[in-house]
Amino acid sequence: MTVIEIHNLKKSYNPGKLAVNDVSLSIQKGESLGLVGESGCGKSTLAHCLLGVEKMDAGSIVYNEEPIAHANRKQLRNYRRNVQTVFQNPTASLNPKLKIRDSLLDPYLQFKDDLQLKHFHFTSKQDFVQQLLETVELPKGLADRYPHELSGGQKQRVTIARAISIEPKLIVLDEPTASLDVLSQGAILELLGSLQQTLGMSYLFISHDLAAVYQLCQRIAVMKDGELLDVFRKEEIYDSNRHDYTKELIDIF
Amino acid sequence: MSVLALSQKRIKKAKVWLISIILLIVLAAVAYTFLYLKHDANMTDVGNRLASPTQAHPLGTDHLGRDVLTRLLLGFRLTVGYSLIALAAAVIIGVPFGLIAGLRGGWIDRLFMRIADGFLAFPDTVIAIVLSGLLGPGIGNLLFAIVLVKWVNYARMVRSTVLTEVRKDYVTIARINGLSTFTIMRKHLLPHIIGNVLVLASLDFGKIILLISSLSYIGLGAQPPTPEWGAMLNESRPYFQANPEMMVYPGLAIVAVVLVANVLGDYLRDKFDVKKEVQP
Repeated sequence: MTVIEIHNLKKSYNPGKLAVNDVSLSIQKGESLGLVGESGCGKSTLAHCLLGVEKMDAGSIVYNEEPIAHANRKQLRNYRRNVQTVFQNPTASLNPKLKIRDSLLDPYLQFKDDLQLKHFHFTSKQDFVQQLLETVELPKGLADRYPHELSGGQKQRVTIARAISIEPKLIVLDEPTASLDVLSQGAILELLGSLQQTLGMSYLFISHDLAAVYQLCQRIAVMKDGELLDVFRKEEIYDSNRHDYTKELIDIF
Repeated sequence: MSVLALSQKRIKKAKVWLISIILLIVLAAVAYTFLYLKHDANMTDVGNRLASPTQAHPLGTDHLGRDVLTRLLLGFRLTVGYSLIALAAAVIIGVPFGLIAGLRGGWIDRLFMRIADGFLAFPDTVIAIVLSGLLGPGIGNLLFAIVLVKWVNYARMVRSTVLTEVRKDYVTIARINGLSTFTIMRKHLLPHIIGNVLVLASLDFGKIILLISSLSYIGLGAQPPTPEWGAMLNESRPYFQANPEMMVYPGLAIVAVVLVANVLGDYLRDKFDVKKEVQP
């Protein structure tokens, strides 16, 4: 079952140069799709269009068989409820003036009216926060701390907990490990993998790190200069008909 | 803990003591005046003018025989009350202006900020003097002038805070979640603004007291016989050589209140900075 389809997406910031040029992708239920490419290749722009932060110039994003460009208020709300995100910089992703508890509850409070959670069962918000922290393997005592008291890895776990708190269908991971040290990177990737096992959501994992993508994802897409060059299953990575640029990337790692 | 940190801690302790002592003195004076003395602040007694301190008049009497302590305490209420009114008005006008300018951007932002620049181009005192001159001297016009000068600070500060914060990822994520602009403002931006506003307000509080007092001193603010401290200073000016204490009391009162306001500002700044060192 397809969770989301991107058809012929185009986006440009400067006239004459397309940041994303005619990209079509689809993500299946429970699948991790890795999107790799060097800095500035348009992968983050693609994510931003997907999240509605940027307006696309052409093309369409189809969710629930409905292009979100034509979605009404209710459908848009449903889309937002089901597409969550984790950004690269965990420090910037958490409001420094809010306690971890309040940051964690943000999406829940926004969507609680039409929320039916399958995995999380709780009696109080307090209980919910504790469960979330537990799910991302953080000590329960962190709920009343402020972000600056946490390490980078811990903060990223908090943003992951926030993203999964309303059990979305898709999480857009925009280089979630790029600003972490190597040890935390590995731990976060493992956590993401196990969360996918328990919660069954899909990932769009954006990274310039092919090794990380290879570890987490079942399918890999390669982008360069705004164009989608290659999409293949993880097992096919060493196939002879891979794109030359893909082979270059493989050689680097 | 370093030597520097230790000495800073000592200074902080000293400040708390200072505030406590000043508050205690004020409270004792208030209690004394209202329990034992029931003077009318404007009741003249020319036969007993410029009297030295006695049991009935602990700080003596002024050139018209009015009780100085009673006037000083009433002046506290007036001076502090007036500055609080001016401050509240400046905050109430300035903060929404800044929020809208920062969040909306575009031509609204440019228009708001050019208006603000216009007000900023003149020094506070000059605008206050010009307006008092145009509208006539009096405390109402003076307060109006002060609000007109001060709201700009709040609008600009709030706007710059909003501009730095809305570009951060946590606001983007809140937007992705579909939080309304109002909710983002209330939940995510207000905690950043409220501390700054309180700190700026407590510092401005002292400045406004000085402004009211100094303009009353030159006759543009509170008019006699209102026992405003600046006006009291002005009234006692001719008797300075024979009775200097008549000027010293309101002067000291102004110094004390401004000092308390500044210490309070420091305290609030520490309080609202969640990143401060956790006390061991």
